[in-house]
Amino acid sequence: MLALEARSAVGTLEICVGLEVGEAECLALAGPSGAGKTTILRIAAGLLHPDKGRVVCGEEVWLDTDRGIALSPDRRRVGYVFQDYALFPNLNAWRNVAFGMGGVPRADRRERALALLERFGMSRLADARVPTLSGGERQRVGLARALARDPQALLLDEPLSALDPRTRTEAARELIVLLREARVPALLVTHDFEEAAMLADRVAVLDEGKVVQCGRASDLTAAPASAFVADLTGGVVLMGHAHRRRDGLTEVSLDGGGVVLSTGAASGPTAVTVNAWEISLEPAISVNEGSAQNRLPVVVSAVTPVGNRVRVGLLAPQPFTAELTPFAAERLELKPGARAVASFKATATRLVPR
Amino acid sequence: MSAGRQRGQRRPGAFRLGLVAALFVVLAFLTLPLVAIFVEAGPGELLSSLDDPSALEALWLSFQATAIALGLVVAFGTPAAWLLATRSFPGRSLAITLVELPLVVPPAVAGIGLLAALGPNGLLGGTLAETGLELVFQTAGVIVALTFVASPFYVRQALAAFGALDPALIEASRTLGASEARSFARIAVPNALPGLIAGGALAWGRALGEFGATLVFAGSLSGVTQTAPLAIYERFSDDFTGALALSAVLVTLSAMLLLGVKLASHSKVLGSARA
Repeated sequence: MLALEARSAVGTLEICVGLEVGEAECLALAGPSGAGKTTILRIAAGLLHPDKGRVVCGEEVWLDTDRGIALSPDRRRVGYVFQDYALFPNLNAWRNVAFGMGGVPRADRRERALALLERFGMSRLADARVPTLSGGERQRVGLARALARDPQALLLDEPLSALDPRTRTEAARELIVLLREARVPALLVTHDFEEAAMLADRVAVLDEGKVVQCGRASDLTAAPASAFVADLTGGVVLMGHAHRRRDGLTEVSLDGGGVVLSTGAASGPTAVTVNAWEISLEPAISVNEGSAQNRLPVVVSAVTPVGNRVRVGLLAPQPFTAELTPFAAERLELKPGARAVASFKATATRLVPR
Repeated sequence: MSAGRQRGQRRPGAFRLGLVAALFVVLAFLTLPLVAIFVEAGPGELLSSLDDPSALEALWLSFQATAIALGLVVAFGTPAAWLLATRSFPGRSLAITLVELPLVVPPAVAGIGLLAALGPNGLLGGTLAETGLELVFQTAGVIVALTFVASPFYVRQALAAFGALDPALIEASRTLGASEARSFARIAVPNALPGLIAGGALAWGRALGEFGATLVFAGSLSGVTQTAPLAIYERFSDDFTGALALSAVLVTLSAMLLLGVKLASHSKVLGSARA
């Protein structure tokens, strides 16, 4: 287990957080840039010392300002994946991975590094120089390197943000494998709530250095504690099982019930994502006359005004969000407990295997 | 239409002519003296005057003294530049200014300063005498003078090279279990190498041409403190060909250094390390 408490002034930001990540759990730190997400990772890794704080990993106390304990970064066994991966340009791929194997006999390092790279399908590029690698390849070397030290905790800083949308899906899948196999507490920083929902078991929403809400992604979507959280959780992620239909569309049976059609391609366990503003709500008793292929009966769980829009939390029974104008929300008489039908086009959905 | 085009062509034409002329003047002025060194005396004459043992001695002394000075500059300057580049502390700007000061101090003034500090009657003269280390009129004094004038060239460049490194590289190295010292040696230095080599070459070039500070502080004793530039000065009035021959060697060495710097900073192998 990784427990972190910190109180610190960093520039104009006042950090004040307390977090606990269970064994083999992944906690996402989600929030806008400048909310202090990376700062918390740096405190966990020992790259930054807070004015006051405690970091405990398993049985080891890494930091306790009250007792004057502050282990340097090299004495904390963390696997840190940096935002741009920070691979060493002067070393080739396998030497990047082997760099963290201080305790391994020199003769065994290459073999161990190759085995780690193989796990990410990168052993054929083991001798490649870093500047010749693509973004996706760098990410995989970065992940392999973070595991080289047998870390007691994983710290991932925007691990997907440096990738183009096409490599992202593939990279997300590898990340999920990594998190599942590593069986250590993981802290993942992202500004993208969809990414947090997809990768993490729980999400802590951070605003101006403080955790404003923490829980399962579905709980945050269903019952955002504030307009800020409602705005952040805007993206919709529905989990299900996909199979290809004869007409070329993909049918996703949602966990807990309901079916979504998508023009995306996937099979097996899949996450469906839709933008909240692409979802329309209709009265529960209505006739399907539109072109939208997807019509899910839903129960309203929350109604939160955000600026000039209203975010409506829905249960289908999986939680998601629709975004309406205040006028439309009023006309439909939406309030928690009300029934409605959520409709969206199959072309508005994206599929992410998981 | 065609008249307009003609006028359009004439105006930049005159301007361009001016630019080309200016470049020609600059190049002619800068290269003529260097070319003249090789043209004034024939290659045979140049080679035969290099047979003079005292000329060879001066060149050898120059080579030794500059190599040792460069070694000192690199050994102390690299860690110092790393500290200045990566830490913020009170007085950091002042420290950087002090490091750069020898750049603007006239060499003769540097020589006087070294005498006042390290000469027999200087500030630290007594302490040095007790340890038995003599600098004035000694080869060691030459090395001190060269180190003094050359170090800012290296430290400035090293500071810039370290400053341009992505701090995440060192942080990554630390989280991978490397100590500060190992991160410096295995990550910082290799990735800043093109800049460090360029700085080293500039410092060496400056040391090779050093004249004023050496003359004032260490004197011009043949075989002991007379480096190549001092030997050139000594013989230019009565043995102009000999002065030319030594000059030709120094010009060639300096040109090779400059070429080396260009190659180091453009080299694929080293250059890519900065990406």
